[in-house]
Amino acid sequence: MTLSGPTELEAVAAEDGLTGAGLDPEGDQAPQAIQGRSLWSIAWRRLRRDKVAMAGGIVIVLLVLIAVFAPLLQALYGQDYQTLHQTDGLLDPLDSMPKGALGGVSGAHWLGVTPVTGQDILTLLMYGARTSLIIAGLATALSLILGVTLGLTAGYFRGWVDLLISRTMDVLLSFPTLLLSIALITVVGYISGAEIVRFEIIIFVLGFFGWPYIGRIVRGQVLSLREKEFVEAARSLGASNLRIMFREIIPNLIGPILVYTTLTIPNNMLGEAGLSFLGIGVIPPTPSWGQMLSDAGQYFQIDPLYLFLPGLAIFISVLAFNLFGDGLRDALDPKSGR
Amino acid sequence: MTTETAAVPASPAAPGAPLLEVTDVRKHFPGRSVGLLGRRSNPVKAVDGVSFTVHQGETIGLVGESGCGKSTTGRVVSKLIEPTSGSIRYEGRELAGLRPGQMRPLRREIQMIFQDPYSSLNPRHTIGTIVGSPFHIQRTKPEGGVKKAVQGLMERVGLNPEHYNRYPHEFSGGQRQRIGIARALALRPKLIVCDEPVSALDVSVQAQVVNLLEDLQSEFGLAYLFIAHDLSVVRHISDRVVVMYLGKVMETTDRDTLYESPMHPYTHALLSAVPIPDPTVESRRERILLTGDLPSPSNPPSGCVFHTRCPKYRTQLSETERERCRSEEPVLEEKRPGQSVYCHFAEARTDLIDGEADLPTTSGLRETRPRSAA
Repeated sequence: MTLSGPTELEAVAAEDGLTGAGLDPEGDQAPQAIQGRSLWSIAWRRLRRDKVAMAGGIVIVLLVLIAVFAPLLQALYGQDYQTLHQTDGLLDPLDSMPKGALGGVSGAHWLGVTPVTGQDILTLLMYGARTSLIIAGLATALSLILGVTLGLTAGYFRGWVDLLISRTMDVLLSFPTLLLSIALITVVGYISGAEIVRFEIIIFVLGFFGWPYIGRIVRGQVLSLREKEFVEAARSLGASNLRIMFREIIPNLIGPILVYTTLTIPNNMLGEAGLSFLGIGVIPPTPSWGQMLSDAGQYFQIDPLYLFLPGLAIFISVLAFNLFGDGLRDALDPKSGR
Repeated sequence: MTTETAAVPASPAAPGAPLLEVTDVRKHFPGRSVGLLGRRSNPVKAVDGVSFTVHQGETIGLVGESGCGKSTTGRVVSKLIEPTSGSIRYEGRELAGLRPGQMRPLRREIQMIFQDPYSSLNPRHTIGTIVGSPFHIQRTKPEGGVKKAVQGLMERVGLNPEHYNRYPHEFSGGQRQRIGIARALALRPKLIVCDEPVSALDVSVQAQVVNLLEDLQSEFGLAYLFIAHDLSVVRHISDRVVVMYLGKVMETTDRDTLYESPMHPYTHALLSAVPIPDPTVESRRERILLTGDLPSPSNPPSGCVFHTRCPKYRTQLSETERERCRSEEPVLEEKRPGQSVYCHFAEARTDLIDGEADLPTTSGLRETRPRSAA
C-alpha cells in the first residue's frame, strides 16, 4: 500500500494526459501539475479500471438505493408486504399454495406471493434488503469501532496492554459463536420479548464476535507502522501519542480497514440470514431473506421460485460485496497478487 | 524564509561554548525473555559508556560498523529513547530523565534527519503537511503563516515551493531527503542529529545533500551530530570524529589527525579499507583485515572489547601484553593533545591514507567554506 510501481504510475499519468509531468524526478518542468495525486486518487483510478469490482460496486449502490427507498418503491409498485392475500383468490383454498405458474407470478405480483400467508414476494425482498443491510452495516460498524480502537491500543502501546487485548481476541476467536448466539438470543429474547431487542442482540452478537478479526489486522499493521521513521520524526518534534496515533498511523490504516469492511459486511449478511433461517434471527412480520429461505424450504417441491428468489438475493449481494472488496484491495495494494 | 534571522555564520575554527555534552551514556536494552518463566537473557549493551561534546556550529562525525551503537547514540541524544544511565546536557540543561512534557519545548532545539527517505515521510500526507507539522505540533505560528514558512523552507532546501500539495511518492530519494531536511529545519534548531542521512542515496545525490547540509550549517550556525559509516563522507563534513565499536568510543580526535595519524588499531583497520583512487598506491598499501564476527553486545569480550578482532593483538603483541588486553579494560584517555584513544598499546600510524589525495566519493564535492586546517 505504500508505493505503486513506476509502470503503474506511468499508466495512470498517461491516462490522465500528464505523461511524465508527475514523474519528472526533479519536478522542475511541471508547473501546471502542482496538485499532487494522493495515493487515494491513484487507487481510485486503478479501481475504476477494474470492471469486475465496478460491477460489484454498482450492485452495492443499487442494493442500498433499494433498501433506502423501499417505501417509495413499494408505493410505486402498488403492493406491500404486510397485506395477506389469503382470501382474495390468489391462493388455492385447498392447500393454500399460490395459484398459477411459478408461485403466482402475475402483472400485479411480479414475483408471485408466498404460500399460506399470500404476501407479495418482491416487496418482501426489498424490505429484506433493508433488514440485511441495517443489521450487517451496524454489526460491521460495531466490529470496526471495537477492533480499530483495541487493535490500535494493543499495537501501539504493546507490553501488558497488548498481552491482555491479544489474549482476549484469541479467546473470542475460539468461541463457538453460533451456539453462544443461539443461547444469548433465546435467553435475552425470552426475558424482554420485544422485537426491537431482538434486532439489537443480533447486531451485538455479530459485531462483538467479529471485532477480533479487524483487531488482529489493525494490531499487526500498527506494530509495523509504529517502527517507521515518520513516527520517530513526529516524536522527535514532540508529538503526543494521541497525535501520532491519529495523524500518523490511522491514515495509513484506512486502506486495510476499508477492504476489511467491504469483506465483513457480506459475512454479517450471511450471519443474519443464517440466524433468521434457524429461527433465532429477526421474526415476522419483519422481513428477512434468511427467514424467507427457511419458510420456503417447506414448500420447495410445489413452489421452487419462492426458495430461489431470496437465495438469489443473498447470493448476488454477497458476491457483489466480495468482488468489490477484492478489487478495492488490489487497487489499494497493487503489489499483492490475486 | 519568514524569520530572516541574520544567522551567525559559526566559525568552525573557534567553536563556542559546548552545546551538547554527553557523558558516560549507556543504553542497555533488556534481553528477550527465554521460556515461559520469563528468565531474561543478558541485556544488549547497545551503548556502553559514550562521552563526547558538540560545540555550537560544529560537526561531529560518529562512525563505526553496523551494530556498534551509533544510531542508538543518536536516538538517545535526540531523546527518542531514554538512556539507561549517564548524562546528556544541552546548554547546561540535563535532558536525561525529562518527561515528554518537559522535553517538548526543547525539541525545537534538537532535530533529526533520518536515514531512509522512504520511511521517514508519511505516505498519506502532502509535503505541505509534513514540513508544516513542526509548527502544528509545537503550536508556533510562523510569521506570514504556516504555508508561507513551509514554502520558504522548501525553497531553501532546493525544492519547488509549488509542489506544496504533492505527496512523497511523487519525489525521488534525494528530493525526499530534502523534504526531511526542511522538516528538521522548520523550528530553527541549533543541533541536528543526522542518522546516516546520505547512506540510502545514490552517490551523485549524496554529494548534493552533503553540500546542502554544509550550506545550511553556515547559514544557520547549526551543529551536526553526523552518524555515518562512510568514512569519506565523514571526512568531508566533520570537524571532529568519534569512532565507535561495540557501544564504546575507540578514538576521538579532530578530523585531520584522525585521518592522517590515527592511533587505535580499529581506526587503522577502518581507514585501510577506504579505497584510494590511485592503483599504484592502492596495490602497495597494507590492507588490515578484521577477522571474525562482531561479538554480541549482550556478552562483550572481557578486557578490551576489541581484542577478539584486533590485528595488533593477533600479530604484534607479546603474550604478557595480550594478557593485559584480555583482563584489563582500557579507558578512553588522551594520548596526544586532543586525541583520546581506548587502547593500551595505542600508536600513531601515518601510512594508511595519503593525506594529500582526496577520497573518491568526496572528489565530486565542492568545498563550501574554508576549513581551519586547509
